[in-house]
Amino acid sequence: MSLVLRETALAFKRAPLLSALSVTTIAFSLFVFGLFGLVAVNIRRTIGDVAERVEVVAYLKRGTPIETVTMASADVEAFPEVQRVAHVTEEDALARARQDLTEFRDIFQDLETNPLPASLDVRLKPQFRDARHAAAVADRLRSYPFVDDVRYGQEWVENLDRLRNIAGAVAAVVGSAFALVAIIIIGTTIRMAVLQRSREIEIMRLVGATDGFIRRPFLLEGLLKGLIGGLGAFALCYGAYALIDTYLLRASFFTSAQALIGIGAGGLIGLVGSTVSVGRHLRNV
Amino acid sequence: MIKFTSVTKDYPKTGAALKDATFHIGKGEFAFLTGHSGAGKSTALRLMYLADRPTTGEVRVSGFSTNRMSQREIPRLRRRLGIVFQDFQLLEERTAEENVAFALEVTGARRSTIGPRVMRVLTQVGLASKANQYPRELSGGEQQRVAIARALVNDPLVLLADEPTGNLDERATRGILQLLKDINASGTAVVMATHDLDIVRSMRAHLVELQHGMVVYDSAEDVTERETASP
Ligand SMILES: Nc1ncnc2c1ncn2[C@@H]1O[C@H](COP(=O)(O)OP(=O)(O)OP(=O)(O)O)[C@@H](O)[C@H]1O
Ligand SMILES: [Mg+2]
Repeated sequence: MSLVLRETALAFKRAPLLSALSVTTIAFSLFVFGLFGLVAVNIRRTIGDVAERVEVVAYLKRGTPIETVTMASADVEAFPEVQRVAHVTEEDALARARQDLTEFRDIFQDLETNPLPASLDVRLKPQFRDARHAAAVADRLRSYPFVDDVRYGQEWVENLDRLRNIAGAVAAVVGSAFALVAIIIIGTTIRMAVLQRSREIEIMRLVGATDGFIRRPFLLEGLLKGLIGGLGAFALCYGAYALIDTYLLRASFFTSAQALIGIGAGGLIGLVGSTVSVGRHLRNV
Repeated sequence: MIKFTSVTKDYPKTGAALKDATFHIGKGEFAFLTGHSGAGKSTALRLMYLADRPTTGEVRVSGFSTNRMSQREIPRLRRRLGIVFQDFQLLEERTAEENVAFALEVTGARRSTIGPRVMRVLTQVGLASKANQYPRELSGGEQQRVAIARALVNDPLVLLADEPTGNLDERATRGILQLLKDINASGTAVVMATHDLDIVRSMRAHLVELQHGMVVYDSAEDVTERETASP
């Protein structure tokens, strides 16, 4: 093992420029990947925040007895999609309006009769906060005879859904494109390293070194360069995040698990690139 | 120990480098492979260390057969061979000692055993005092001694040498030849390819002569030679 490490260190020492170049390109590729990841993380969080507020509101017919509403409310709470049901009475609605709509406080103050209907505010469980499930719940609410109207911001929920899907798709496409570029780059550097060391490899073969042994330092070199590149990309991403967070808008960073996965992905890219390249080029030495 | 049976080696462009070659080199022998340039000497050696496989026929080396051996088994065979070339094939950025140690390191020898084994073979080839010199700081003859030390360090059954004196002057040639004889005397078989007839005539050894890829003379098959040889 110590020999493998020594050989790898030697690879860095022997070709410092080439090694620096490959680490930098991997770091840069992963950085772009990481930037996209940051955007995705923040879109995801925003969607989460917005989705948090997705509610299905069933307005009740005037004069519905409170017992009926309480029973129905328990009923609705038992829907598999539903997290919580809040009964908002006519008075509650008016109080809320007075508080929220301060500009119109005077109007609400002077009212003889309360024009606002009572409602059941239905909050969905997080995994059901999308257009399809909101519509299903709305349909079921509509079938209650005492329900006047149901609102859930249909279009808005659908747009959110679409945004989420696009974000996912773009992340997948751009992400794998950059990963591929990184694999090709590390493959090229390993190819050069193999050619540079072809005499050594030839002699190793003549004295009876196994293929696995000959391969190992190159794989380790790829893995290490990938990991170092991943760390570099992590630093760059953190810098970008800190700048945006300070000067542009509040953003969130990767969780430590996500960051570790990212750095590990660097290692994996290095390993895949070097494995493919070493397999191909050792045959020609 | 090395047995060629009707071996033909065709190269795509140049045709047959060996044609129906049959000969046998026994354990502990000193054998010369001789013949003109292009006769097939290097080709025969390459078949012995499995850098190539015969087109037809069979080569057996110390129990391994070219016809039944997988690519993965080649390192096991190579560890029982020592291989030496005309151009030494040393690594320029390593000292004599490091060049020899390299052969042990890459075959997974225990670290603690490497130092003593390297010094033993360097002493055997007479270079113990120059262990820390780089190839460019050594004469051709000395570089070849380092290469021979590297070939010996794994205690091979046989030393395969392709024109080992091809780049050396007469004095260095004699020195290397004497070293090979000493190595042979201690039990290691030696197969040496050379076109230098002076070398071949200078000592009694098993002689296989090739011409255009065919064995035209084999001293082991030569009745007159054997009769005159035995008193
Ligand atoms: N890799 C190869 N591809 C094609 N032809 C080859 C190859 N190696 C050898 N040959 C041909 O095979 C024939 C025998 O070559 P070989 O190297 O065995 O000769 P040799 O006896 O070692 O000659 P020399 O004394 O010059 O080293 C030659 O005609 C050569 O051109
Ligand atoms: Mg030759």
